Amino acid sequence: MIKQYETVFIATPVLSDTQMKEAVAKYTQLIRDNGGEIVYEEDWGLKQLAYPIQHKTSGFYYLIEFKADPQFVGTLETQYHRDERILRYLTVALDKNAVAYAEHRRQTRAAKAAAAAAAPQQEEAPKAEAEEIETEE
Amino acid sequence: MANNNEIRYLNPPTVEVRKKKYCRFKKAGIKYVDYKDAEFLKKFLNEQGKILPRRITGTSLKFQRKVAQAVKRARSLALLPYVTDLLK
Repeated sequence: MIKQYETVFIATPVLSDTQMKEAVAKYTQLIRDNGGEIVYEEDWGLKQLAYPIQHKTSGFYYLIEFKADPQFVGTLETQYHRDERILRYLTVALDKNAVAYAEHRRQTRAAKAAAAAAAPQQEEAPKAEAEEIETEE
Repeated sequence: MANNNEIRYLNPPTVEVRKKKYCRFKKAGIKYVDYKDAEFLKKFLNEQGKILPRRITGTSLKFQRKVAQAVKRARSLALLPYVTDLLK
């Protein structure tokens, strides 16, 4: 039986970009190796924690949505638990409403990202004009 | 004679008409409460980060359970604090 899951982990802020990528690659690889299918990945970047964990006040958040056998969740969480780079993790099974919500969220985020990518080009022009005016004065 | 029995007010007594509470999830047709959206969940917390009761928020029982679950998940991921002051 295959179920859809969503997992979020918090890695220590001490990691460099490449180390973080390694950690992500490790878990995505782990999911694939165990017959899972990755639906979606999202990097939240470095975020402030609401309270300190292991004397750290920030952490790298990473979200992975995947489809896998329920048996696999145990192995994934064991790996998280053994990994010193991971401060916290949470794996949640998605029901049909959650799957619909996740789909919707993905689309709105993609649309926003596309809009943000398009917007700066329009914004740059007026800004440049404003700067020119300032220099003229 | 009938007039003597009636109580007369100088100003018409103001009767408070309370707005009927409603469940925002049912009204908006939201089916899933997302633990990742901390800003949204803050609407259901008081200043100390405690979950507000249904009698204040008006949430239906079904969604109150889901809100509580989502808040607890968000807390464990350090998206929301367990205890705090002046959350808002």
